[in-house]
Amino acid sequence: MSNGASAVDGTGARSAEARRTPVEWLRLLGLPILGLLLVLMPLLLSEFRLNLLAKYLCFAFPAIGIVLIWGYGGILSLGQGIFFGLGSYMMAMYLKLESTTSDSSAQALSEFFGSNLPDFMVWNSVDALPWWWEPFHSFWFTLPAMIVLPAFIAFVLAYFNFRKRVGGVYFSIITLALAAIMSIVIIGRQGVTGGVNGITDFKTFFGISFEAQGVRTGLYFVTVALLLIAVVVGSFIVRSRLGKILVAIRDREDRVRFSGYDPAMFKGFIFAVAAVLSSIGGAMFTLQVGLASPSLVGIVPSIEMVIYAAVGGRLSLIGAVYGAILVGAGKTFFSENFVEYWLYFIGGLFMLVVIFLPEGLASLLDRFKGHKSTRAGGPQ
Amino acid sequence: MSGLILSVEGLTVSFDGFKAVDDLNFYVEEEELRVVIGPNGAGKTTLLDMICGKTKPSSGSIRFKNRQLTSMIEYQITRAGVGRKFQNPSVYEDLTVRENLEISYPKKRNVFGSLFFRRAPEIVDKIEGVARQIYLDEQLGTKAGLLSHGQKQWLEIGMLLMQDPELMLLDEPVAGMSAREREQTAELLKRIARGRSMVVIEHDMAFVKMIAQKVTVLHQGKLLAEGTMEQVQADERVIDVYLGH
Amino acid sequence: MTFDIFLMQAFNGLSLSTILVLMALGLAIVFGLMGVINMAHGELMAMGAYTTYATALLFEKFMPGLKDVYFLVGIVLAFAVTFAFGFALERSLIRFLYKRPLDTMLATWGLSLILQQVFRHGFGPKEVGVPTVSWLQGAWAPTAVPGASFPLSRIFIIALALLVSFGVYLLLFRTRWGLRIRAVTQNRGMAGAAGINTERVDALTFALGCGLAGIAGSSFTMLASTGPVTGQQYVVDTFIVVVFGGVESLLGTLLSATIIGELQSTFEFLMTGSMAKASILLLVIVALYFRPNGLFATKVRR
Repeated sequence: MSNGASAVDGTGARSAEARRTPVEWLRLLGLPILGLLLVLMPLLLSEFRLNLLAKYLCFAFPAIGIVLIWGYGGILSLGQGIFFGLGSYMMAMYLKLESTTSDSSAQALSEFFGSNLPDFMVWNSVDALPWWWEPFHSFWFTLPAMIVLPAFIAFVLAYFNFRKRVGGVYFSIITLALAAIMSIVIIGRQGVTGGVNGITDFKTFFGISFEAQGVRTGLYFVTVALLLIAVVVGSFIVRSRLGKILVAIRDREDRVRFSGYDPAMFKGFIFAVAAVLSSIGGAMFTLQVGLASPSLVGIVPSIEMVIYAAVGGRLSLIGAVYGAILVGAGKTFFSENFVEYWLYFIGGLFMLVVIFLPEGLASLLDRFKGHKSTRAGGPQ
Repeated sequence: MSGLILSVEGLTVSFDGFKAVDDLNFYVEEEELRVVIGPNGAGKTTLLDMICGKTKPSSGSIRFKNRQLTSMIEYQITRAGVGRKFQNPSVYEDLTVRENLEISYPKKRNVFGSLFFRRAPEIVDKIEGVARQIYLDEQLGTKAGLLSHGQKQWLEIGMLLMQDPELMLLDEPVAGMSAREREQTAELLKRIARGRSMVVIEHDMAFVKMIAQKVTVLHQGKLLAEGTMEQVQADERVIDVYLGH
Repeated sequence: MTFDIFLMQAFNGLSLSTILVLMALGLAIVFGLMGVINMAHGELMAMGAYTTYATALLFEKFMPGLKDVYFLVGIVLAFAVTFAFGFALERSLIRFLYKRPLDTMLATWGLSLILQQVFRHGFGPKEVGVPTVSWLQGAWAPTAVPGASFPLSRIFIIALALLVSFGVYLLLFRTRWGLRIRAVTQNRGMAGAAGINTERVDALTFALGCGLAGIAGSSFTMLASTGPVTGQQYVVDTFIVVVFGGVESLLGTLLSATIIGELQSTFEFLMTGSMAKASILLLVIVALYFRPNGLFATKVRR
């Protein structure tokens, strides 16, 4: 049995190889090329620029998730900032608690105020740590929580809504409203969330100072590694039977039911995957930028995450990474040179990409190689 | 003597007071090929929609092998062994013929099963076998969106074959087909009808004659006549309905 | 809470509702009837508000003697400007995206960002306010309820909203043009075959929806001052109002806007304005889960 299976798998792989077109080769090599580029960057960039790049890469995580749910699953979420925020804030809570308990100046402060609460709580005269902050003293709670909580919330949200056959547009509006709610609540409950200033001023991570030599570069490499893993996992999902089912659901959800599938379950699953990716991006953002802020949670950042995926190409996982880097770099460029034109740029980008390049930059590659591949690819 | 595979009793559905199907009784035996005819608005498609779960009936019962289908939802009904082909061919246009057939393979239909699904040899064999039956073995790698209308009809029948349902519901399987394609489809249906029950809706009387064993005539949501093609054609009421008011 | 405070609170809720009603009526036409998700709908409201503001400035400068009528002129101009903008927008962008609702969402979001920056360049980053015309200054203090007083300007915009709603109803259901709109949105192919210029109807319908947002903007100037991001603060609420009311029902939109406006002003009694807004959005999302087609949707055969 196992012999037979592996033999057939072998022939399957060979026939797939024979059918591979130049574009597919480029796609295949896309990941190593991207990996190499990102690994070489610390040699080329100043620490300041590298830190910026690391920040853009954090937004590539939600962008990859958006490719999965939107490009393949047909679900346009305008609320990925929710999950980015969950990861970001959970990491920030952990780091804040670590700073308040271990740092010497915090110790001095706490002696002065008579409590070792995070600084912003003291300023807002909150006199006890809220119960839901307590578990974030432990890294081994925080880490799984950053995965499980977003996944759970996303699954419940998507599964129960889609089981009710809520339309795609409705779902987009609901996610949009939820993103708005989350940022309003964070800003409104300043005493326990840090409010509009967010949570910042972290000192150490596992007892290592953020200012220590090599820490920033190290975190950059962790981000790159996680990002490459995310792309690999994403392409595994896309190529699996589940990926085909997602495409089928996107194009003809009603038919999929009559092939014996429960579309809500699949949508819930992929939405949870995208949420986890977003949360990881948020956590890495907090680690590297030293900040968790409501300005990364609400409507504006959530929709901006969609444009990262759209620029790269809504069907291209690697494209999402390039999209996040390019748009991020664009944002930095404008804010350093002529900040008042940034909204014209990003607004124009939204319109141009949707109208002229609906498949994003990745489709330029196809267009460039297109005529060759159709000839070489035969019936493919 | 074979038993009943499907018994529909007292089935009624109304849309804003309009009764599309009205207190209908309808029985299909095991291994039977039944054709349902009737003028537009007779409730034929609505009947199939209710059997496969697309439309919820207002009242009545639909029993399939002693399971009550009215309380189940689409994918559960499909998994119970009912397959449905729609009036307009509905295939996954962005996927290849092979992928269309593979998706319809009736195992590993949960999330993690499909994530780690491997194309085992028996599945490859089955896909190729079905593709030959539906005259599409040359097009396995073609995107379904590029097929002709008739080929899409066949592909959707092929997707049902992959599911291997005990009861197949086909809504106008030869619509938009050439004469040659109709003959091929008639052959195909006769071949695949062996070992399963089939309900076919069709307007094309020549085609009905090619395949029908027993014909049911619906009119305004009610049963008008039932019997062999000859019996039905000789029925006064049927002639009335078709020829004028 | 005494009766007069209760009454005034309800009245404040009602005047907030009028903005939502006018915004949502426009969106109900654009989104509910045509299926276009215009994320720049809020900026069209801001455009209407800025038009009113510009009218006030012009009157002050060139026709100070007539400044008491500027507001009426402002309303008409706000409608005209946003109507024209909507028409141009439909012809140049929206019509290419009818089959891609989610893409429309993104493209119009891009447009909304651009418009915000245009407002910032044109009118400055600070919020601007308009003077209240003399005949809308003051308040009506009914003798029956001592202690209660209702600002005339708010009474005026409530009346305006009712008038406009009634006008929209007449237009859609009592005129040939409305018949054409409904024919096109229900069956485009048939309507075209029946000799209706569907493209023209599309453009005019869309423009009408935008024009209503413009009137909403005019009314808004009576309640608060206008800034570049004023529109963005209202767009989510407006979508929620339309969805909550059931997208195909004008009456539903009206009721839903009233309910949400009233809830907002009631909640504001208990918490800050933004938290009130968050709670209401959450409530509506939960309600939508149980009634996915909105509160007042009719059952249709699909």
